[in-house]
Amino acid sequence: MGMKKNRLERRHLMEAFMKALMYISFVIVAGALGLILWTIISRGLPSLTWDMVSQVPKGGYYMGKEGGILNAIIGSLYLAAGGTLLAILLSLPIALYLKTYLGQSKWGEYVRLSLDVLWGIPSIVYGAFGFALMIAFGMRASLLAGILVLALVELPIMTRAMDEVIRRMPADLEHAALALGSTKFEVALNVVTRQMLPGIVTAILLAFGRGIGDAASVLFTAGYTDRIPTSLMRPTASLPLAVFFQLGSPYPEVRERGYAAALILTIIVLAVSFGARWLSGRLNKYTIK
Amino acid sequence: MDAHIQVKNLDAYYNKQQALKNVNIEIPKNQITVIMGPSGCGKTTLLKTFNRFFELTENTKLTGEVLVDGQNIYDKDVDVTEVRKVVGLLAQRPSPLPMSIYDNVVYGMHLHKMKKDRKEYKEAVRHYLEIAGLYEEVKKRMHDPATSLSIGQQQRLCLARGLAVEPEIILGDEPTSALDPISSQNIEARLLELKQQYTTVIVTHTLRQAKRLADYVIYMYLGEVIESGPAKEVFGNPKHERTKQYLEGLF
Ligand SMILES: Nc1ncnc2c1ncn2[C@@H]1O[C@H](COP(=O)(O)OP(=O)(O)OP(=O)(O)O)[C@@H](O)[C@H]1O
Ligand SMILES: [Mg+2]
Repeated sequence: MGMKKNRLERRHLMEAFMKALMYISFVIVAGALGLILWTIISRGLPSLTWDMVSQVPKGGYYMGKEGGILNAIIGSLYLAAGGTLLAILLSLPIALYLKTYLGQSKWGEYVRLSLDVLWGIPSIVYGAFGFALMIAFGMRASLLAGILVLALVELPIMTRAMDEVIRRMPADLEHAALALGSTKFEVALNVVTRQMLPGIVTAILLAFGRGIGDAASVLFTAGYTDRIPTSLMRPTASLPLAVFFQLGSPYPEVRERGYAAALILTIIVLAVSFGARWLSGRLNKYTIK
Repeated sequence: MDAHIQVKNLDAYYNKQQALKNVNIEIPKNQITVIMGPSGCGKTTLLKTFNRFFELTENTKLTGEVLVDGQNIYDKDVDVTEVRKVVGLLAQRPSPLPMSIYDNVVYGMHLHKMKKDRKEYKEAVRHYLEIAGLYEEVKKRMHDPATSLSIGQQQRLCLARGLAVEPEIILGDEPTSALDPISSQNIEARLLELKQQYTTVIVTHTLRQAKRLADYVIYMYLGEVIESGPAKEVFGNPKHERTKQYLEGLF
Protein backbone atom coordinates (compact mmCIF):
# COMPACT_ATOMS: atom_id res chain seq x y z
CA MET A 1 0.00 0.00 0.00
CA GLY A 2 1.24 3.47 -0.81
CA MET A 3 0.00 5.02 2.40
CA LYS A 4 2.58 3.68 4.84
CA LYS A 5 5.01 6.22 6.13
CA ASN A 6 8.61 5.75 5.12
CA ARG A 7 10.33 6.82 8.33
CA LEU A 8 13.67 7.30 6.69
CA GLU A 9 12.42 9.73 4.13
CA ARG A 10 14.19 13.10 4.37
CA ARG A 11 11.13 15.11 5.31
CA HIS A 12 10.37 12.81 8.22
CA LEU A 13 13.95 12.86 9.41
CA MET A 14 13.90 16.65 9.28
CA GLU A 15 10.68 16.72 11.26
CA ALA A 16 12.11 14.39 13.89
CA PHE A 17 15.27 16.45 14.10
CA MET A 18 13.41 19.75 14.56
CA LYS A 19 11.18 18.18 17.15
CA ALA A 20 14.20 16.95 19.09
CA LEU A 21 15.82 20.37 18.84
CA MET A 22 12.74 22.12 20.21
CA TYR A 23 12.48 19.58 22.97
CA ILE A 24 16.12 20.04 23.99
CA SER A 25 15.76 23.83 23.99
CA PHE A 26 12.74 23.55 26.20
CA VAL A 27 14.53 21.23 28.61
CA ILE A 28 17.49 23.64 28.85
CA VAL A 29 15.28 26.63 29.61
CA ALA A 30 13.02 24.77 32.01
CA GLY A 31 16.06 23.21 33.66
CA ALA A 32 17.75 26.57 34.19
CA LEU A 33 14.59 28.03 35.64
CA GLY A 34 14.12 25.02 37.89
CA LEU A 35 17.71 25.22 39.09
CA ILE A 36 17.45 28.91 39.91
CA LEU A 37 14.21 28.42 41.80
CA TRP A 38 15.60 25.42 43.61
CA THR A 39 18.70 27.33 44.72
CA ILE A 40 16.72 30.30 45.96
CA ILE A 41 14.13 28.17 47.70
CA SER A 42 16.44 25.60 49.26
CA ARG A 43 18.84 28.21 50.60
CA GLY A 44 16.36 31.02 51.25
CA LEU A 45 13.36 29.24 52.69
CA PRO A 46 14.97 28.25 56.03
CA SER A 47 15.77 31.92 56.75
CA LEU A 48 12.43 33.19 55.54
CA THR A 49 10.95 33.87 58.95
CA TRP A 50 8.09 36.11 59.89
CA ASP A 51 10.65 38.55 61.28
CA MET A 52 12.25 38.83 57.84
CA VAL A 53 9.12 40.29 56.29
CA SER A 54 7.77 42.21 59.26
CA GLN A 55 10.81 43.94 60.77
CA VAL A 56 13.39 46.44 59.70
CA PRO A 57 17.04 45.61 60.45
CA LYS A 58 17.88 45.91 64.13
CA GLY A 59 21.33 46.56 65.54
CA GLY A 60 23.58 43.69 64.64
CA TYR A 61 21.31 42.47 61.83
CA TYR A 62 24.16 42.52 59.39
CA MET A 63 26.12 40.23 61.67
CA GLY A 64 23.31 37.70 61.82
CA LYS A 65 21.24 39.11 64.70
CA GLU A 66 17.54 40.10 64.80
CA GLY A 67 15.59 42.08 62.32
CA GLY A 68 14.28 41.75 58.81
CA ILE A 69 14.15 43.46 55.48
CA LEU A 70 10.76 45.14 55.59
CA ASN A 71 12.59 48.36 54.66
CA ALA A 72 13.74 46.81 51.39
CA ILE A 73 10.36 45.19 50.64
CA ILE A 74 8.43 48.42 51.13
CA GLY A 75 11.17 50.40 49.41
CA SER A 76 11.11 48.18 46.35
CA LEU A 77 7.33 48.26 46.13
CA TYR A 78 7.37 52.07 46.33
CA LEU A 79 10.16 52.34 43.77
CA ALA A 80 8.74 49.89 41.25
CA ALA A 81 5.13 51.05 41.63
CA GLY A 82 6.13 54.69 41.30
CA GLY A 83 8.46 54.06 38.38
CA THR A 84 5.92 51.87 36.58
CA LEU A 85 3.11 54.37 37.08
CA LEU A 86 5.23 57.18 35.73
CA ALA A 87 6.38 55.03 32.82
CA ILE A 88 2.74 54.19 31.93
CA LEU A 89 1.88 57.88 31.81
CA LEU A 90 4.57 58.36 29.18
CA SER A 91 4.55 55.01 27.37
CA LEU A 92 0.89 54.68 26.54
CA PRO A 93 0.65 58.07 24.83
CA ILE A 94 3.92 57.43 22.96
CA ALA A 95 2.78 53.99 21.80
CA LEU A 96 -0.62 55.32 20.71
CA TYR A 97 0.98 58.27 18.95
CA LEU A 98 3.36 55.95 17.14
CA LYS A 99 0.49 53.83 15.95
CA THR A 100 -2.02 56.55 15.21
CA TYR A 101 0.02 59.28 13.62
CA LEU A 102 3.42 57.90 12.73
CA GLY A 103 2.51 54.39 11.63
CA GLN A 104 5.18 52.78 9.48
CA SER A 105 6.58 56.13 8.39
CA LYS A 106 10.24 57.08 8.50
CA TRP A 107 9.77 59.02 11.72
CA GLY A 108 7.97 56.13 13.32
CA GLU A 109 10.93 53.87 12.54
CA TYR A 110 13.37 56.45 13.98
CA VAL A 111 11.42 56.58 17.22
CA ARG A 112 11.32 52.78 17.41
CA LEU A 113 15.04 52.57 16.75
CA SER A 114 15.85 55.07 19.51
CA LEU A 115 13.66 53.17 21.94
CA ASP A 116 15.41 49.92 21.03
CA VAL A 117 18.78 51.57 21.66
CA LEU A 118 17.56 52.89 25.01
CA TRP A 119 16.34 49.39 25.85
CA GLY A 120 19.82 48.02 25.32
CA ILE A 121 21.60 50.51 27.56
CA PRO A 122 22.69 48.85 30.82
CA SER A 123 20.83 50.18 33.81
CA ILE A 124 24.04 51.19 35.61
CA VAL A 125 24.36 53.84 32.90
CA TYR A 126 20.89 55.12 33.71
CA GLY A 127 21.93 55.13 37.35
CA ALA A 128 25.09 57.09 36.60
CA PHE A 129 23.12 59.51 34.40
CA GLY A 130 20.59 60.04 37.16
CA PHE A 131 23.37 60.51 39.67
CA ALA A 132 25.08 63.12 37.49
CA LEU A 133 21.80 65.03 37.21
CA MET A 134 21.24 64.78 40.96
CA ILE A 135 24.64 66.29 41.63
CA ALA A 136 23.95 69.08 39.15
CA PHE A 137 20.68 69.90 40.96
CA GLY A 138 22.14 69.39 44.41
CA MET A 139 19.76 66.52 45.16
CA ARG A 140 20.64 63.62 47.43
CA ALA A 141 19.77 59.96 46.99
CA SER A 142 16.04 59.66 47.50
CA LEU A 143 12.92 57.64 46.74
CA LEU A 144 11.95 60.29 44.18
CA ALA A 145 15.26 60.07 42.32
CA GLY A 146 15.01 56.28 42.33
CA ILE A 147 11.47 56.42 40.93
CA LEU A 148 12.49 58.84 38.19
CA VAL A 149 15.44 56.72 37.08
CA LEU A 150 13.40 53.50 37.21
CA ALA A 151 10.73 55.15 35.07
CA LEU A 152 13.46 55.90 32.52
CA VAL A 153 14.71 52.31 32.65
CA GLU A 154 11.18 50.97 32.19
CA LEU A 155 10.06 53.42 29.53
CA PRO A 156 11.68 51.83 26.45
CA ILE A 157 10.62 48.30 27.41
CA MET A 158 7.08 49.30 28.13
CA THR A 159 6.69 51.50 25.08
CA ARG A 160 8.10 48.97 22.64
CA ALA A 161 6.11 46.13 24.18
CA MET A 162 2.93 48.22 23.91
CA ASP A 163 3.87 49.26 20.41
CA GLU A 164 4.28 45.67 19.27
CA VAL A 165 0.89 44.83 20.74
CA ILE A 166 -0.89 47.87 19.38
CA ARG A 167 0.58 47.40 15.91
CA ARG A 168 -1.33 44.14 15.65
CA MET A 169 -4.60 46.00 15.97
CA PRO A 170 -6.92 44.64 13.25
CA ALA A 171 -7.46 47.32 10.58
CA ASP A 172 -11.13 46.30 10.18
CA LEU A 173 -11.81 47.32 13.73
CA GLU A 174 -10.27 50.73 13.31
CA HIS A 175 -12.15 51.24 10.09
CA ALA A 176 -15.40 50.31 11.79
CA ALA A 177 -14.90 53.11 14.29
CA LEU A 178 -13.71 55.58 11.65
CA ALA A 179 -16.76 54.80 9.52
CA LEU A 180 -18.97 56.05 12.35
CA GLY A 181 -17.18 59.40 12.27
CA SER A 182 -14.55 58.92 15.00
CA THR A 183 -11.40 60.97 14.84
CA LYS A 184 -8.15 59.01 14.89
CA PHE A 185 -7.66 60.10 18.48
CA GLU A 186 -11.06 58.75 19.47
CA VAL A 187 -10.24 55.46 17.77
CA ALA A 188 -7.00 55.24 19.75
CA LEU A 189 -8.70 56.07 23.01
CA ASN A 190 -11.95 54.11 22.73
CA VAL A 191 -11.15 51.21 20.49
CA VAL A 192 -7.42 50.47 20.31
CA THR A 193 -6.87 50.76 24.05
CA ARG A 194 -9.86 48.56 24.79
CA GLN A 195 -9.08 45.91 22.23
CA MET A 196 -5.43 45.76 23.21
CA LEU A 197 -5.86 46.09 26.96
CA PRO A 198 -4.72 42.54 27.81
CA GLY A 199 -1.54 43.10 25.79
CA ILE A 200 -1.03 46.51 27.34
CA VAL A 201 -1.29 44.96 30.80
CA THR A 202 1.35 42.42 29.80
CA ALA A 203 3.64 45.21 28.63
CA ILE A 204 3.23 47.02 31.94
CA LEU A 205 3.99 43.81 33.76
CA LEU A 206 7.14 43.21 31.78
CA ALA A 207 8.39 46.67 32.67
CA PHE A 208 7.41 46.29 36.32
CA GLY A 209 9.36 43.04 36.48
CA ARG A 210 12.45 44.73 35.13
CA GLY A 211 11.98 47.73 37.44
CA ILE A 212 11.57 45.84 40.68
CA GLY A 213 14.51 43.57 39.94
CA ASP A 214 16.94 46.27 38.92
CA ALA A 215 19.77 46.94 41.34
CA ALA A 216 22.16 49.11 39.36
CA SER A 217 19.86 52.00 38.61
CA VAL A 218 18.82 52.52 42.23
CA LEU A 219 22.27 52.00 43.70
CA PHE A 220 23.32 55.65 43.48
CA THR A 221 19.95 57.26 43.10
CA ALA A 222 17.80 55.77 45.86
CA GLY A 223 20.62 54.87 48.22
CA TYR A 224 20.08 52.39 51.01
CA THR A 225 18.79 52.80 54.53
CA ASP A 226 17.46 50.67 57.36
CA ARG A 227 14.39 52.84 57.68
CA ILE A 228 11.16 52.72 55.74
CA PRO A 229 10.95 55.93 53.71
CA THR A 230 8.44 58.43 55.05
CA SER A 231 8.73 60.92 52.23
CA LEU A 232 9.74 61.08 48.59
CA MET A 233 12.87 63.01 49.52
CA ARG A 234 14.22 60.31 51.85
CA PRO A 235 16.54 57.58 50.63
CA THR A 236 15.16 54.06 50.53
CA ALA A 237 16.32 50.46 50.57
CA SER A 238 15.40 48.02 47.83
CA LEU A 239 15.27 44.23 47.50
CA PRO A 240 17.85 43.78 44.73
CA LEU A 241 20.36 45.76 46.78
CA ALA A 242 19.38 43.81 49.90
CA VAL A 243 20.22 40.63 48.01
CA PHE A 244 23.45 42.10 46.72
CA PHE A 245 24.74 43.41 50.07
CA GLN A 246 23.78 40.32 52.03
CA LEU A 247 25.21 37.83 49.57
CA GLY A 248 28.53 39.66 49.88
CA SER A 249 28.59 39.27 53.63
CA PRO A 250 31.23 37.13 55.37
CA TYR A 251 28.55 35.77 57.76
CA PRO A 252 26.82 32.60 56.48
CA GLU A 253 23.53 33.53 58.25
CA VAL A 254 23.47 36.82 56.41
CA ARG A 255 24.18 35.15 53.08
CA GLU A 256 21.24 32.80 53.70
CA ARG A 257 19.10 35.86 54.29
CA GLY A 258 20.29 37.16 50.93
CA TYR A 259 18.65 34.11 49.35
CA ALA A 260 15.56 34.72 51.41
CA ALA A 261 15.41 38.27 50.06
CA ALA A 262 15.72 36.91 46.52
CA LEU A 263 12.89 34.52 47.29
CA ILE A 264 10.71 37.39 48.49
CA LEU A 265 11.50 39.33 45.32
CA THR A 266 10.55 36.32 43.20
CA ILE A 267 7.31 35.85 45.11
CA ILE A 268 6.37 39.51 44.60
CA VAL A 269 7.02 39.29 40.86
CA LEU A 270 5.02 36.07 40.64
CA ALA A 271 2.14 37.52 42.64
CA VAL A 272 2.01 40.62 40.45
CA SER A 273 2.15 38.46 37.29
CA PHE A 274 -0.71 36.25 38.37
CA GLY A 275 -2.69 39.25 39.54
CA ALA A 276 -2.23 40.98 36.21
CA ARG A 277 -3.09 37.84 34.29
CA TRP A 278 -6.25 37.41 36.25
CA LEU A 279 -7.09 41.06 35.66
CA SER A 280 -6.43 40.94 31.93
CA GLY A 281 -8.50 37.77 31.71
CA ARG A 282 -11.40 39.72 33.11
CA LEU A 283 -10.72 42.67 30.83
CA ASN A 284 -10.64 40.25 27.93
CA LYS A 285 -14.38 39.81 27.93
CA TYR A 286 -15.15 42.28 25.16
CA THR A 287 -12.07 42.01 22.96
CA ILE A 288 -12.53 40.82 19.41
CA LYS A 289 -10.68 37.57 18.78
CA MET B 1 -33.29 62.65 -11.50
CA ASP B 2 -32.83 63.89 -7.95
CA ALA B 3 -29.14 63.09 -7.48
CA HIS B 4 -27.84 62.63 -3.94
CA ILE B 5 -24.25 61.90 -4.91
CA GLN B 6 -22.61 63.33 -8.00
CA VAL B 7 -19.20 62.13 -9.11
CA LYS B 8 -17.28 64.39 -11.47
CA ASN B 9 -14.13 63.53 -13.40
CA LEU B 10 -12.91 61.20 -10.69
CA ASP B 11 -9.50 59.57 -11.11
CA ALA B 12 -8.01 57.39 -8.40
CA TYR B 13 -4.52 55.92 -8.16
CA TYR B 14 -2.85 53.35 -5.92
CA ASN B 15 0.84 54.21 -6.06
CA LYS B 16 1.03 55.00 -9.75
CA GLN B 17 -1.58 52.47 -10.85
CA GLN B 18 -4.87 53.97 -11.93
CA ALA B 19 -7.91 52.27 -10.39
CA LEU B 20 -10.65 54.73 -11.42
CA LYS B 21 -10.65 56.42 -14.82
CA ASN B 22 -12.63 59.58 -15.29
CA VAL B 23 -15.73 58.44 -13.48
CA ASN B 24 -18.82 60.62 -13.96
CA ILE B 25 -22.02 59.35 -12.38
CA GLU B 26 -25.03 60.45 -10.41
CA ILE B 27 -26.60 58.41 -7.66
CA PRO B 28 -30.32 58.92 -7.11
CA LYS B 29 -31.71 59.92 -3.74
CA ASN B 30 -33.60 57.39 -1.63
CA GLN B 31 -33.13 54.51 -4.02
CA ILE B 32 -30.89 51.48 -4.05
CA THR B 33 -28.01 51.76 -6.46
CA VAL B 34 -26.10 48.60 -7.23
CA ILE B 35 -22.52 48.68 -8.51
CA MET B 36 -21.54 45.64 -10.56
CA GLY B 37 -18.57 44.51 -12.54
CA PRO B 38 -15.86 41.86 -12.64
CA SER B 39 -13.35 41.46 -9.83
CA GLY B 40 -10.72 44.19 -9.70
CA CYS B 41 -12.69 46.68 -11.78
CA GLY B 42 -12.74 49.32 -9.04
CA LYS B 43 -16.08 48.88 -7.30
CA THR B 44 -14.62 48.93 -3.80
CA THR B 45 -12.37 51.84 -4.72
CA LEU B 46 -15.33 53.86 -6.00
CA LEU B 47 -17.32 53.14 -2.86
CA LYS B 48 -14.37 54.17 -0.69
CA THR B 49 -14.24 57.57 -2.34
CA PHE B 50 -17.79 58.25 -1.10
CA ASN B 51 -16.91 58.17 2.62
CA ARG B 52 -13.30 59.25 2.23
CA PHE B 53 -11.97 55.82 3.15
CA PHE B 54 -9.82 55.83 0.03
CA GLU B 55 -7.37 58.17 1.75
CA LEU B 56 -6.78 55.63 4.54
CA THR B 57 -4.61 53.65 2.11
CA GLU B 58 -1.11 55.06 1.90
CA ASN B 59 0.34 56.37 -1.37
CA THR B 60 -2.94 57.05 -3.06
CA LYS B 61 -3.98 59.99 -5.19
CA LEU B 62 -7.43 61.24 -6.05
CA THR B 63 -8.51 63.97 -8.43
CA GLY B 64 -12.00 65.13 -9.32
CA GLU B 65 -15.04 65.75 -7.17
CA VAL B 66 -17.57 63.83 -5.16
CA LEU B 67 -20.57 65.99 -4.31
CA VAL B 68 -23.02 65.01 -1.61
CA ASP B 69 -26.06 67.24 -1.74
CA GLY B 70 -24.04 69.57 -3.91
CA GLN B 71 -21.13 69.85 -1.45
CA ASN B 72 -17.75 68.53 -2.54
CA ILE B 73 -16.66 66.23 0.29
CA TYR B 74 -13.02 66.75 -0.67
CA ASP B 75 -13.14 70.52 -0.12
CA LYS B 76 -10.47 71.72 2.28
CA ASP B 77 -12.89 73.03 4.88
CA VAL B 78 -14.98 69.85 5.02
CA ASP B 79 -14.67 67.86 8.24
CA VAL B 80 -14.01 64.22 7.38
CA THR B 81 -15.81 62.96 10.50
CA GLU B 82 -18.94 64.81 9.38
CA VAL B 83 -18.68 63.19 5.95
CA ARG B 84 -18.52 59.77 7.56
CA LYS B 85 -21.43 60.58 9.81
CA VAL B 86 -23.58 61.42 6.79
CA VAL B 87 -22.24 58.55 4.68
CA GLY B 88 -22.45 55.31 6.67
CA LEU B 89 -20.73 52.04 5.79
CA LEU B 90 -21.78 48.42 6.09
CA ALA B 91 -18.59 46.42 5.61
CA GLN B 92 -18.15 43.09 3.88
CA ARG B 93 -17.49 41.23 7.08
CA PRO B 94 -19.22 42.44 10.24
CA SER B 95 -16.76 44.07 12.54
CA PRO B 96 -18.28 44.79 15.95
CA LEU B 97 -16.34 47.04 18.31
CA PRO B 98 -14.71 45.47 21.39
CA MET B 99 -17.66 46.37 23.60
CA SER B 100 -21.06 45.10 24.63
CA ILE B 101 -23.98 44.91 22.21
CA TYR B 102 -25.50 48.01 23.80
CA ASP B 103 -22.24 49.98 23.68
CA ASN B 104 -21.74 49.13 20.03
CA VAL B 105 -24.96 50.87 19.12
CA VAL B 106 -24.50 53.76 21.52
CA TYR B 107 -20.87 54.38 20.54
CA GLY B 108 -21.48 56.57 17.48
CA MET B 109 -24.30 58.48 19.13
CA HIS B 110 -21.99 59.34 22.02
CA LEU B 111 -19.29 60.51 19.61
CA HIS B 112 -21.61 63.01 18.02
CA LYS B 113 -23.43 63.80 21.29
CA MET B 114 -26.71 63.11 19.61
CA LYS B 115 -28.95 62.65 22.64
CA LYS B 116 -29.54 64.47 25.90
CA ASP B 117 -29.53 61.82 28.59
CA ARG B 118 -29.20 58.10 29.33
CA LYS B 119 -32.88 57.50 28.85
CA GLU B 120 -32.84 58.94 25.34
CA TYR B 121 -29.78 56.89 24.44
CA LYS B 122 -31.44 53.77 25.73
CA GLU B 123 -34.56 54.41 23.69
CA ALA B 124 -32.50 55.13 20.60
CA VAL B 125 -30.53 51.90 21.00
CA ARG B 126 -33.77 49.98 21.16
CA HIS B 127 -35.18 51.86 18.18
CA TYR B 128 -32.22 51.12 15.91
CA LEU B 129 -31.94 47.51 16.99
CA GLU B 130 -35.61 47.15 16.08
CA ILE B 131 -35.04 48.70 12.68
CA ALA B 132 -32.17 46.28 12.11
CA GLY B 133 -34.46 43.42 13.14
CA LEU B 134 -32.24 42.38 16.02
CA TYR B 135 -33.96 43.73 19.12
CA GLU B 136 -36.04 40.68 20.01
CA GLU B 137 -32.99 38.44 19.81
CA VAL B 138 -30.75 40.57 22.01
CA LYS B 139 -33.04 42.43 24.41
CA LYS B 140 -32.13 40.14 27.32
CA ARG B 141 -28.39 40.23 26.68
CA MET B 142 -27.62 43.86 25.89
CA HIS B 143 -24.46 43.80 27.99
CA ASP B 144 -22.99 40.65 26.55
CA PRO B 145 -19.97 41.06 24.29
CA ALA B 146 -20.92 41.80 20.68
CA THR B 147 -18.77 38.86 19.61
CA SER B 148 -21.16 36.49 21.35
CA LEU B 149 -23.59 37.06 18.48
CA SER B 150 -23.67 34.95 15.32
CA ILE B 151 -22.10 36.43 12.20
CA GLY B 152 -25.50 37.24 10.73
CA GLN B 153 -26.59 38.91 13.96
CA GLN B 154 -23.30 40.83 14.08
CA GLN B 155 -23.98 42.22 10.62
CA ARG B 156 -27.41 43.41 11.74
CA LEU B 157 -25.76 44.92 14.81
CA CYS B 158 -23.38 46.77 12.50
CA LEU B 159 -26.37 48.01 10.53
CA ALA B 160 -28.05 49.27 13.71
CA ARG B 161 -24.81 50.89 14.83
CA GLY B 162 -24.43 52.63 11.47
CA LEU B 163 -28.03 53.85 11.38
CA ALA B 164 -27.77 55.18 14.93
CA VAL B 165 -25.59 58.10 13.82
CA GLU B 166 -28.42 59.11 11.46
CA PRO B 167 -26.66 58.91 8.11
CA GLU B 168 -28.36 59.91 4.87
CA ILE B 169 -26.42 57.47 2.75
CA ILE B 170 -25.62 53.80 3.39
CA LEU B 171 -22.72 52.18 1.56
CA GLY B 172 -22.45 48.41 1.45
CA ASP B 173 -19.47 46.56 -0.01
CA GLU B 174 -20.81 43.06 -0.61
CA PRO B 175 -22.51 43.29 2.78
CA THR B 176 -24.01 39.82 2.59
CA SER B 177 -21.15 37.88 1.07
CA ALA B 178 -19.94 36.59 4.47
CA LEU B 179 -23.43 35.58 5.58
CA ASP B 180 -25.56 32.47 5.30
CA PRO B 181 -28.57 32.61 2.93
CA ILE B 182 -31.13 33.33 5.66
CA SER B 183 -29.07 36.13 7.17
CA SER B 184 -28.46 37.56 3.68
CA GLN B 185 -32.19 37.63 3.03
CA ASN B 186 -32.65 39.30 6.37
CA ILE B 187 -30.18 42.08 5.49
CA GLU B 188 -31.69 42.46 2.03
CA ALA B 189 -35.15 42.82 3.55
CA ARG B 190 -33.83 45.53 5.90
CA LEU B 191 -32.23 47.42 3.02
CA LEU B 192 -35.48 47.33 1.05
CA GLU B 193 -37.41 48.61 4.06
CA LEU B 194 -34.94 51.41 4.57
CA LYS B 195 -34.69 52.67 1.04
CA GLN B 196 -37.42 55.28 1.37
CA GLN B 197 -35.34 57.11 3.96
CA TYR B 198 -31.80 56.40 2.86
CA THR B 199 -29.81 56.55 -0.31
CA THR B 200 -28.23 53.12 -0.54
CA VAL B 201 -25.22 52.11 -2.63
CA ILE B 202 -24.39 48.41 -2.70
CA VAL B 203 -21.61 46.48 -4.39
CA THR B 204 -22.55 42.92 -5.18
CA HIS B 205 -21.30 39.99 -7.23
CA THR B 206 -24.60 38.13 -7.26
CA LEU B 207 -26.70 39.07 -10.20
CA ARG B 208 -29.84 37.76 -8.55
CA GLN B 209 -29.27 39.91 -5.51
CA ALA B 210 -28.67 42.89 -7.79
CA LYS B 211 -31.97 42.24 -9.53
CA ARG B 212 -33.82 41.92 -6.23
CA LEU B 213 -32.42 45.14 -4.82
CA ALA B 214 -31.52 47.54 -7.57
CA ASP B 215 -33.44 50.61 -8.62
CA TYR B 216 -30.40 51.96 -10.37
CA VAL B 217 -27.38 50.13 -11.72
CA ILE B 218 -23.76 51.09 -12.39
CA TYR B 219 -21.68 48.70 -14.45
CA MET B 220 -17.90 49.04 -14.26
CA TYR B 221 -15.05 47.50 -16.18
CA LEU B 222 -11.30 48.07 -15.69
CA GLY B 223 -11.75 51.25 -13.66
CA GLU B 224 -14.30 52.82 -15.98
CA VAL B 225 -18.05 53.17 -15.67
CA ILE B 226 -19.30 51.50 -18.83
CA GLU B 227 -22.98 51.97 -18.25
CA SER B 228 -25.33 53.39 -15.65
CA GLY B 229 -29.07 53.82 -15.53
CA PRO B 230 -32.34 52.64 -14.01
CA ALA B 231 -32.34 48.92 -13.26
CA LYS B 232 -35.13 48.18 -15.72
CA GLU B 233 -33.16 49.63 -18.61
CA VAL B 234 -29.77 48.17 -17.73
CA PHE B 235 -31.09 44.69 -16.98
CA GLY B 236 -33.73 44.67 -19.71
CA ASN B 237 -31.90 46.35 -22.50
CA PRO B 238 -28.20 46.97 -21.86
CA LYS B 239 -26.72 49.45 -24.30
CA HIS B 240 -23.16 48.16 -24.21
CA GLU B 241 -21.84 44.86 -25.43
CA ARG B 242 -19.72 44.38 -22.27
CA THR B 243 -22.68 44.87 -19.96
CA LYS B 244 -24.70 42.42 -21.99
CA GLN B 245 -21.94 39.83 -21.82
CA TYR B 246 -21.57 40.29 -18.05
CA LEU B 247 -25.29 39.96 -17.48
CA GLU B 248 -25.35 36.81 -19.58
CA GLY B 249 -22.61 35.46 -17.36
CA LEU B 250 -20.00 35.24 -20.07
CA PHE B 251 -17.27 36.44 -17.70
N1 LIG C 1 -4.62 48.81 -1.36
C1 LIG C 1 -4.35 48.69 -2.65
N2 LIG C 1 -3.10 48.90 -3.10
C2 LIG C 1 -2.80 48.79 -4.42
N3 LIG C 1 -3.70 48.49 -5.37
C3 LIG C 1 -4.97 48.28 -4.98
C4 LIG C 1 -5.36 48.36 -3.60
N4 LIG C 1 -6.69 48.10 -3.51
C5 LIG C 1 -7.09 47.85 -4.77
N5 LIG C 1 -6.08 47.95 -5.65
C6 LIG C 1 -6.16 47.76 -7.11
O1 LIG C 1 -7.15 48.64 -7.64
C7 LIG C 1 -7.96 47.98 -8.58
C8 LIG C 1 -9.42 48.06 -8.18
O2 LIG C 1 -9.59 47.31 -6.96
P1 LIG C 1 -10.96 47.22 -6.20
O3 LIG C 1 -10.69 46.63 -4.87
O4 LIG C 1 -11.63 48.54 -6.22
O5 LIG C 1 -11.76 46.18 -7.11
P2 LIG C 1 -13.18 45.55 -6.89
O6 LIG C 1 -13.98 45.88 -8.10
O7 LIG C 1 -13.76 45.93 -5.59
O8 LIG C 1 -12.86 43.99 -6.93
P3 LIG C 1 -13.57 42.80 -6.12
O9 LIG C 1 -14.84 42.54 -6.84
O10 LIG C 1 -12.62 41.66 -6.28
O11 LIG C 1 -13.75 43.22 -4.72
C9 LIG C 1 -7.43 46.57 -8.70
O12 LIG C 1 -6.60 46.50 -9.81
C10 LIG C 1 -6.65 46.37 -7.43
O13 LIG C 1 -5.57 45.49 -7.63
MG1 LIG D 1 -14.21 44.85 -3.77
